[in-house]
Amino acid sequence: MSDLPTFAPPVTPETKPFWDATAEGRLVLPRCTSCQTVIWYPRTFCPACHTEGVEWIEATGEGTVYSYTVTHKGDGPWRDASPYVMAYVELDEGPRVLTNIVECDPATVTVGQRVSVRWDPTEEGPAIPRFAPVG
Amino acid sequence: MTIRGKASIAGAYEHPLRVIPDRTVAQVHADVAVGALADAGLSMDDVDGYFCAGDAPGFGGFSMAEYLGLQLRHIDTTETGGSSYLCHVGHATAAIAAGKCSVALVTLAGLPRSDPASMMGGARAMFASAPEAGFEMNHGMAIHGGYALAARRHMYEFGTTSEQLAEIKVAASHHAQFNPDAFLPKAVSIEEVLESPLVSDPLHRLDCCVVTDGGGAVVVVSPEIARDLERRTVKVLGHGEAPKHTNNGRIDLTHTGAAWSGPRAFEEAGVTPGDIDYASIYDSFTITVLETIEDLGFCEKGKGGAFVADQGLRAPDGRLPFNTDGGGLCNNHPANRGGMTKVIEAVRQLRGEAHGEVQVPDCQLALAHGTGGSLANRMGSATLILGQEDA
Ligand SMILES: [Zn+2]
Repeated sequence: MSDLPTFAPPVTPETKPFWDATAEGRLVLPRCTSCQTVIWYPRTFCPACHTEGVEWIEATGEGTVYSYTVTHKGDGPWRDASPYVMAYVELDEGPRVLTNIVECDPATVTVGQRVSVRWDPTEEGPAIPRFAPVG
Repeated sequence: MTIRGKASIAGAYEHPLRVIPDRTVAQVHADVAVGALADAGLSMDDVDGYFCAGDAPGFGGFSMAEYLGLQLRHIDTTETGGSSYLCHVGHATAAIAAGKCSVALVTLAGLPRSDPASMMGGARAMFASAPEAGFEMNHGMAIHGGYALAARRHMYEFGTTSEQLAEIKVAASHHAQFNPDAFLPKAVSIEEVLESPLVSDPLHRLDCCVVTDGGGAVVVVSPEIARDLERRTVKVLGHGEAPKHTNNGRIDLTHTGAAWSGPRAFEEAGVTPGDIDYASIYDSFTITVLETIEDLGFCEKGKGGAFVADQGLRAPDGRLPFNTDGGGLCNNHPANRGGMTKVIEAVRQLRGEAHGEVQVPDCQLALAHGTGGSLANRMGSATLILGQEDA
């Protein structure tokens, strides 16, 4: 668990399967039942074939850093957390997700680095996915 | 059908102040509306079309039409962040071509320095209800952090350097030193940019635009009205716009929506990037300029760093003189939205009214480009091609 600011996300009927899984430390992704595209951000409408209907698949929780930044001057609650690493991680299932890289010296993060998911719990139940270097 | 030449910009006005502690947002909208109409030689009674975006207070277009006492037959409140006003000029030209109005007023105003609270309510409420909010709210996305993600990826793919990005600020500051109204009127060096504190690695404080109060307005008119005005007008030759988003989680951080809006504008105008004498390029951050000049076709994708490094952006002699008012990086970024000032400086260049030190000789064709939102997730891009009165 990191010490980054962590707030309970809004949970709607549309996103409940995703957030319920996070509470159990599982990363699930919606996959379109018509065209099999893996969808991000989680929703029940497929932006690839424009139909409604998904199944929730278990992700490996691993990926590579697509881009990152060490923010030295964050906003609001992030000011005190600075410096921290914000990143896009490309999941092995395809989507590039906005996240943070944790459990490492920010100066050692690189594009292309392998990372795996970590969970920061919220009091309300859902946990927030962040990533740490593999190995 | 195209809108090429179907309307002209007859009036343009930039608020001269950068800190306005004693006026409301509505008052500043009125200040710039009056200024642009006076510049055109028209009055509030001539206005029959009104365009504004998310910076307008209250109920936006309704509130401002009432405040200003406008009697309208056309209203458009297209909101694409900082690029809204370039969309508005395109939409106003289309509306004029379709006979929906003949004198269109476009205004922008905001007080992010003197009254930050006046800026944040709308944006916060919008984000809270966004379907993506739960998946982006927990990662500390500062505005500069988002652009830093784009800069990092561009560096990784193309070898772009911090020195090359810094030259964009240096060129803007080279121009700003001739603008008595510029918020940062001092020329800076590449070393000064690199030595300024990192805000989000690899972006430094001086890679960022200024935060200023202020505003601006333009008046777009039909050819019939332009003909009767004494003031020199500027013809709208082409317009393109495009939203770009995360594309189902397959976001590409090295392109902007300019890759789509640019070709549409060039095609409508019937010109190519090589024909452009002057360019106003949206400059929220240095990386915004770098990616945009590539996407608009001024150089190959990935070669923007080399393009700017040999001082290609510096007026009056660079290959692509840009932002000769000092741009958002040094002059003015009123309401945290740089689109309006991009149009205004292009109008100055085409009228031959830019500062003598930065006026492009015989400037016949200008481009203005806006980028709203963020390179890091979703943006509105809009491109205008403008030409001299007889273009
Ligand atoms: Zn589908």
